[in-house]
Amino acid sequence: MRDVLLTTIRGLGFGSIYAMLAVSFVIIYKSSKVISFAQPALMLAGAVLVSYLAGPVGFYLAVPLAAIGIAALGLGLERTTIRPMIGRPVFVVAIITLGLDIAIRVVVNVFIGPDVRNVGDPWGLNTVDVAGLPVQERYIAMVVVLVVVVGALFAFFRYSRYGLAMRAASLDQETALVQGVSVGAMTALAWAMAGGLAAVAGAFVGAGGGVDQSTWVIALKALPAIIIGGLDSIEGAVVGGLLVGIVESFFASYQGEYLPWLGQNFSLVSPYVLLLVVLLVKPYGLFGTREVERV
Amino acid sequence: MTALENRPAERATPAPAKGRRPWGRPAMYTGYGQDMALLNTGAKKAALAVLLVVALLLPFVLEDELLRLLATGAVLAIGAIGLNLVTGYAGQVSLGHAFFLGIGAYTAAVVSGETGDEDLYGFGITFIPVWLLAGGAMAALVGLVVAPLASRLRGLYLAIVTLGLVFLGEHVFREWDAVTGGVGVGRPAADPVLFGVDLSRSTDAFSADQQMYLLMTALLVLFALLGRNIARSAIGRSFAAVRDRDIAAEVTGVDVRKAKRLAFVISGFYAGCAGALLYSISGYLDPSSFGLLVSVQFVAMVLIGGVATISGSIMGAFFIAILPRLTRELPEYLPFLSSSATEFPNVFQVETLLYGLLIVAFLIFEPRGLFGVWVRARNYWKSWPFSY
Repeated sequence: MRDVLLTTIRGLGFGSIYAMLAVSFVIIYKSSKVISFAQPALMLAGAVLVSYLAGPVGFYLAVPLAAIGIAALGLGLERTTIRPMIGRPVFVVAIITLGLDIAIRVVVNVFIGPDVRNVGDPWGLNTVDVAGLPVQERYIAMVVVLVVVVGALFAFFRYSRYGLAMRAASLDQETALVQGVSVGAMTALAWAMAGGLAAVAGAFVGAGGGVDQSTWVIALKALPAIIIGGLDSIEGAVVGGLLVGIVESFFASYQGEYLPWLGQNFSLVSPYVLLLVVLLVKPYGLFGTREVERV
Repeated sequence: MTALENRPAERATPAPAKGRRPWGRPAMYTGYGQDMALLNTGAKKAALAVLLVVALLLPFVLEDELLRLLATGAVLAIGAIGLNLVTGYAGQVSLGHAFFLGIGAYTAAVVSGETGDEDLYGFGITFIPVWLLAGGAMAALVGLVVAPLASRLRGLYLAIVTLGLVFLGEHVFREWDAVTGGVGVGRPAADPVLFGVDLSRSTDAFSADQQMYLLMTALLVLFALLGRNIARSAIGRSFAAVRDRDIAAEVTGVDVRKAKRLAFVISGFYAGCAGALLYSISGYLDPSSFGLLVSVQFVAMVLIGGVATISGSIMGAFFIAILPRLTRELPEYLPFLSSSATEFPNVFQVETLLYGLLIVAFLIFEPRGLFGVWVRARNYWKSWPFSY
């Protein structure tokens, strides 16, 4: 029982990271109908920025600064490469982001160097006693950050003028334009928000273990999460992210014992198995909107 | 009077029979068949003949190292044609090409592998057509299994699922030691033996690289011809219909599910064959060589070469194959670049950076790829000295 609880908590911790990344994917998808394959690079860039800033200004200040920096990067990407592609097939834009991802990661890798880079988080692998369970502090921090960030996002979309404008632009661009919403500005804002979110997620990916050149793969686990949740649903992204985290954590703890024939490190690919299973049952995810085709 | 009016008008000269051009009008089509012909203009016929002659003469002119590069390019072109058939013609975005490539490579390696080895499976059949077709068929079979996903999913959903396949495939390749030899160990790739001659070993007449180059070029011609014929037949037209508007295709009587299934099977077959051949050049195959980057490279070949064109796929593949060789020459001209992987900035970083930037640049500035560049150049000279 103790093990099950600890496994669940670990799953929720990492799941929070996936959820944050998944939300960043969904924000971009809702604004430009594109899956941004550049998110892994932005996440890694965020983590590296935090690792450089944490020394001089401390971790807690470094994270928001890095988020702002990467948000600016996201803004720049949108302006230079996504904006000119308006009206072109979404697949083409998705592949452009794939190209951006490769290019940005080369640059970021130079700053990481060959070794693991510590992001300077205050938690490390320390544990704290919660109801008799030794829970790692970083998992608690991850969940808390997810709650705060997603809570803020929901409030933003629900109550602010800009949130309303973004929702309108995502619902119907032309109608939004007629109502005086600057759709271009909303798309840019979405990319900036997604960049900032990816940077925060990156900082917490590095918490405890640091980041190296292969850490970017973690961001791709948010893809099963968004597909499971449905591409255009922020709630779905959060649920999907947590689900992916928990499934992965359970496979990591128990697969070696009960399903040894699946091989070592099966937990790393278990999100993709979950993805296939969910899609075979519900092709548009758990919370996604069904595409309706007019003939 | 009416009877008279209805009589067909007398013609001064009888119309040429269907499918035959009037004398002296080489560019005039008088039948649909001529328009859809494999080589529908005289220029194409001449260009192809020249290309084939050049390709045949190259092995006697170039160094072995360059021939090996070109042989790799030819194999990549086979794979790129496969991806272009499913993604370019049928519009089904696939990021899973590396997975199919791996299946083909390992099936071929197992078929041709030595018998009697306890740790590695092997059947000892080294005859090229056997392991080539086995690799292709196995990958096609997997394509058939994956295809139902494509009938349920569209666009980016499909892209992500195929991306998931790459990760699952990598996991299987890493763990299934009896087939793949395991990470860091690997296994020998399929042995290219044709009628008792091992083409990967030099013979009296030819060096190994010359033989491999000739083999791969011949196979590329074969596969390109097959691809072009698929594209211009009813199957290819049904692919295009599904890509352009699947509901309209269904209404006009195209079986959308069947078309998608066929697209994945054919693409899988091409990828499997390409995978089987690719590693028989280097002779060795490691389970970690079928990652996402390989898929991205194939996507880059298709996009840089030209979407929904066979000749574009070939151009793109050769471009991507030659790119590393070109960047390796860079340090001579740009002294701040290092050719060692541990220093910064080095040519490997430049190479990866170029993949990314080239994809972005081509998509923004020349969406039709190298094929589009060629079309522009051709049209310029066709109407020269007028602008159109």
